[in-house]
Amino acid sequence: MNKIWLIIQREYGTRVRKKSFIVMTILGPLLFGGIFGLSIWMATKDSSEVRTVEVKDESGLFANAFENTETLHFTYTNLTLPEAKQQIEESGSFGLLYIPEIDIHQPQGITFYSESSAGIEMKSQLEKIIEEEIQNLKLEESEIDRETLASLKTSIDLEEVSIADGTEKQANTGLYIGIGYMASFLIYMFIFLYGAQIMRGVIEEKSSRILEVIISSVKPFQLMMGKIIGIAAVGLTQFLLWVVLTFSVYTLLMTLVGVDAETMAQMNQIQGAGGEFSQAQVQMAEVSGVLSSLNVVELLLSFVFYFLAGYLLYGSLFAAVGSAVDSDADSQQFMLPISLPLIAAIISLAAVLKDPNGSLAFWLSMVPLTSPVVMMMRIPFGVPTWEILLSMALLVGGFILTTWLAGRIYRIGILMHGTKVNYRVLGKWLMMKN
Amino acid sequence: MNILEARHIHKSYATHTALRDVSLSIPSQSIFGLLGPNGAGKTTLIRIITQIIERDSGEVFIKGEELNPEHILKIGYLPEERGLYKKMKVGEQLLYLARLKGLSTNEAKQRITHWLKRLDMMEWKGKNIEDLSKGMQQKIQFIATVLHEPELIILDEPFSGFDPVNANLIKDEIMELRRKGSTIIFSTHRMESVEEMCDHIALINRSRKILDGSKQEIRNSYRNNTFIVEHRGSLNGHAADFNLLEQEQLNDDFFRSVIRNREGESPNSLLRDLLGHVEVFHFVEKIPSINEIFISKVQEVVHE
Repeated sequence: MNKIWLIIQREYGTRVRKKSFIVMTILGPLLFGGIFGLSIWMATKDSSEVRTVEVKDESGLFANAFENTETLHFTYTNLTLPEAKQQIEESGSFGLLYIPEIDIHQPQGITFYSESSAGIEMKSQLEKIIEEEIQNLKLEESEIDRETLASLKTSIDLEEVSIADGTEKQANTGLYIGIGYMASFLIYMFIFLYGAQIMRGVIEEKSSRILEVIISSVKPFQLMMGKIIGIAAVGLTQFLLWVVLTFSVYTLLMTLVGVDAETMAQMNQIQGAGGEFSQAQVQMAEVSGVLSSLNVVELLLSFVFYFLAGYLLYGSLFAAVGSAVDSDADSQQFMLPISLPLIAAIISLAAVLKDPNGSLAFWLSMVPLTSPVVMMMRIPFGVPTWEILLSMALLVGGFILTTWLAGRIYRIGILMHGTKVNYRVLGKWLMMKN
Repeated sequence: MNILEARHIHKSYATHTALRDVSLSIPSQSIFGLLGPNGAGKTTLIRIITQIIERDSGEVFIKGEELNPEHILKIGYLPEERGLYKKMKVGEQLLYLARLKGLSTNEAKQRITHWLKRLDMMEWKGKNIEDLSKGMQQKIQFIATVLHEPELIILDEPFSGFDPVNANLIKDEIMELRRKGSTIIFSTHRMESVEEMCDHIALINRSRKILDGSKQEIRNSYRNNTFIVEHRGSLNGHAADFNLLEQEQLNDDFFRSVIRNREGESPNSLLRDLLGHVEVFHFVEKIPSINEIFISKVQEVVHE
């Protein structure tokens, strides 16, 4: 045990002091926080810019259809089309919307002229206005008056209530998806990033020929576990530093740009439906209500568990691959079977989302190779406790199995140099007595 | 007292047998040469003693105790395939390896300083291994092997990678360690490098031990009453009196001959006989070198 501890210390100490670790630790949050802050800054900047659109309506159908919004101002023009086009450059308007004489059943020839492209948002805004107006005209033509029309419009906001475990909770699918995706991706990334580090570490020891020196002092299994745990600690340290630094960079950026809580609230309001202040407030309240309805403790605990157990399961496999090859380049052929289940798990997340308690979701969250990624997607939606416990038990079993298998390959592999290794050879090593 | 006793060791791999019924006794404070061509099974035997791999059958005793994990701390092993962490500093690396052998941090630090000074490497303590020359790396590797003051030191091809100056330095250190009570096992296929140092040897060929014992005894047993004589005047024509194996002309009237003495005769009587025919300048018994014994033994097996 004492020896494993020494190995963990070395693996941790040498890695944390590396330049690349320090650079990545500082660059990561700058990138994350920077991108996040920048996007918010862009959003606030955009909202203050008002674009003017000239409307040339030859049909006369849209006389009152275009109303000014926060970002779009409309002015009607009576000039002819060529004149109006000329006018745009001089007046500094963003563009010209030209509506010719149209048949409302076959509206054609509506054109938007502008120097720079309108962009998807503006285009859809304009399209929506025109579509709605034509719809109104059609309804009127069918002798349905505007009041009947208005009363026909219905808006429904489906309230979700989860009744798992006998208690009713407010549910919010959007938020669940967000949390699930984030947790799944973090686990996926962590396994790949640090699994590869384990592999490279083993290859380095092999190619520098220090292995035989070390294993005349410690058991190969101790060396393998020490390395896996040491690198896990490096990964956790980096993630923790990232969270802290990202938060600080983000906060710092927000204060620098001058976006305070009030403007944030306003932005939520703009993005929220209707633009009515009270409604936005209600929505905010709902979100925080849903957040508190989530079993945060359960979520966090399972995240930590799947995060570590998933890493340990794959970590030993990465170590086994490292022990079997002489260089990074040779590792490709053995990486495929390790990467496939992980990639499959990530791809299947979309299908799991469609039915978080369906049979696909169930089985994928039971199989140890995919369960760390898939189960974290399901948990925010509520998973029966027995399923979580079973999945955890299977994962622990899987971890013990892969570690045992990997250990058997590792103890032989590390002493082999220049051997051409394929799956048959690996099988032989597995069966070989010590 | 034997520090190591191996009895009827057997080890086979999937495709071949590495050791067949090998028994060895290594006396305390000896320098023991484990000799044999490449692939004979030397490294396998060493790996069994250092508990890197397990034997299929047979017994190993260290100072009369059955081999167990505690013994790892008493053994210092310098493998043939050796290296160090390239990106680690000399001092840290030695400390790490010493602590893996069970030394406390303080004890290890003292000994590291002692050894670095002794081998004139102190100024390199804070440098990364990759900044050192190959010879210096070998010195560090040697220090790592003996830091925990092992009673049994196993050196697999110790002099490969050393320049002659450093090789001599290490030789002196090895003799010094032996004087202080350690036993040293040399494993090598290069006989000449160990012939002068070893006092016991064992020959392993094709997974079998074909010869062992003290160097002197082995060489004596290969004596066959043959002498090398340098003399003036040819021995040709007196062939009836001597069993002349070969005669080579050095210059003018000088010759060097290899002569086998008659059964039961002493060297003095041979010399007396010679004096009657030629003028003798040089007279010495021809004792085969370990290298010659080795080659003849290995070839014997091949011809079987």
